[in-house]
Amino acid sequence: MPDLRELYQEVILDHHKRPRNFRAPADANRSANGFNPLCGDKVIVYARVEDGIVRDIAFQGSGCAISTASASLMTECLKGKPEAEVARIFERFHALVTGSGSEDPDGAGLGKLAVFAGVREYPMRVKCATLAWHAMRAALEGEKDTVATE
Amino acid sequence: MNEEIQNSQRGLSVEAIRGDFPALHQKVHGKPLVYLDNAATSQKPQAVIEALISFYTRDCANIHRGVHLLSERATRAFEDSRAKIRKFIGAGDDREIIFVRGATEGINLVAQSCARPMMKAGDEILISAFEHHSNIVPWQILCEQTGARLRIVPMNHWGELLLDQYESLLTERTKLVSIAHVSNALGTINPVRRMVELAHAHNIPILIDGAQAVPHMAVDVTALDCDFYTFSGHKMYGPTGIGVLYGKAHLLEAMPPYQGGGDMISSVTFEKTIYNRLPYKFEAGTPDIAAGIALGAAVDYLQGIGMDRIAACEHDLLQYATEAFSALSGVRLIGTAREKASVLSFVVDGVHPHDVGTILDQEGIAIRTGHHCAQPVMDFYQLPATARASLAFYNTRAEIDVLVAGIRKVSEVFS
Repeated sequence: MPDLRELYQEVILDHHKRPRNFRAPADANRSANGFNPLCGDKVIVYARVEDGIVRDIAFQGSGCAISTASASLMTECLKGKPEAEVARIFERFHALVTGSGSEDPDGAGLGKLAVFAGVREYPMRVKCATLAWHAMRAALEGEKDTVATE
Repeated sequence: MNEEIQNSQRGLSVEAIRGDFPALHQKVHGKPLVYLDNAATSQKPQAVIEALISFYTRDCANIHRGVHLLSERATRAFEDSRAKIRKFIGAGDDREIIFVRGATEGINLVAQSCARPMMKAGDEILISAFEHHSNIVPWQILCEQTGARLRIVPMNHWGELLLDQYESLLTERTKLVSIAHVSNALGTINPVRRMVELAHAHNIPILIDGAQAVPHMAVDVTALDCDFYTFSGHKMYGPTGIGVLYGKAHLLEAMPPYQGGGDMISSVTFEKTIYNRLPYKFEAGTPDIAAGIALGAAVDYLQGIGMDRIAACEHDLLQYATEAFSALSGVRLIGTAREKASVLSFVVDGVHPHDVGTILDQEGIAIRTGHHCAQPVMDFYQLPATARASLAFYNTRAEIDVLVAGIRKVSEVFS
């Protein structure tokens, strides 16, 4: 039986209560909406990308602890990263929460994002953890429509 | 002990009843299952499961066509079930009982076959502020097809419809009223008898969505005098994939078929087809025969206990749970109508319902979280979602205690 504390780690609870980069930057040149019709979670991800570098990234919205903390930690992790690296991090994060990656099962190379390793024990919650990431990717790719998890 | 005494006064042994439902006796994440998601679907008694097995092991044949013995047995069982359901809801004539896939299909049938032919641009359909999506979207489709308008009866903060507003919304433009008997998201029991009277005072037909009512209380469509009444089998301890639309015979007679196909015709040539008589005119194609028969078994089971006893037992549980919730700090009930069925929609301060659902699941407790297919209700309360515990007569006070302890644990994890 998975331990609840594996899912609701202190870092996750902290970012849920005090999300970082929870704002709508006026100088953002990219943004996209994410929506999970199953639970009603909504997120907007804003980014300022210059010369292929994510200079600033922020989000707003409402969601569960897993989706809010994931968005918050994502913004912390991606700020200052080149777009190509962002894509690689997303792939590794996705493998981490779905338990599909064999290279780095505990996400040791993902820094703080490793706290989401527990999500793989809760298949119903994978979409919560990845909602902001899908919106982020849509923002960087310049897609205008809302990204839905369903 | 208290519970045993109370229930035995009603002659209702909850232990014996629980023994009838095999799915209740299992562990989830190492804890005994506490199944409180009955408004989504209910568990099935052994008698219903046996009816399904018996059909497929003995009587499996198509109905209304074969001359062989198996077809005769299947047809008789299917039609016996129709008669049982007819008596169960107080209808006068088997021809008024149409088998459909569920309440959703019942509503779509009325929208397309009854309402659509009589609608023109500017006409209105009246529904309420707390309808399930299945009683919103079919009407929006109809409005797109015909240029009609959807009007909404508002509700107060407790989740009760405003009857004076309802009355003033009934005008010469209103062509049909479609209202939930019981709200799935809030538990509110609508005063449907009065609402039928008011609609009829304006000569407006009324459809009642009884999906959340039929499992919990005695329903008599003749006493209600409603024109249509629809409900789903799987929420009343029957199988999925089967439900019923009741309609007054003279209205059904006047309506065109909903779907074309086998069984709904009496003769077909390439020039002209003559439709079958009621109820078969609305039952195109081979239905879910096993489910139809097993729904009859569910009706037998419910009548064996008695709907009044079921309602009284669930009312007790609801009261017990409501009191227990009021002692929980940081927990708010959404939907506090004076007349309520056994639904507890709630929010925990600072915790998203999805997280509530995951933590309770780890305690073996099954509840629903989300918008309950009633997004306008969530918008009304300015909530993204709620957690919902919905009770059945096989639930116990001890299970409510487990739920309350689970909610305390939620607050603990998020403290």
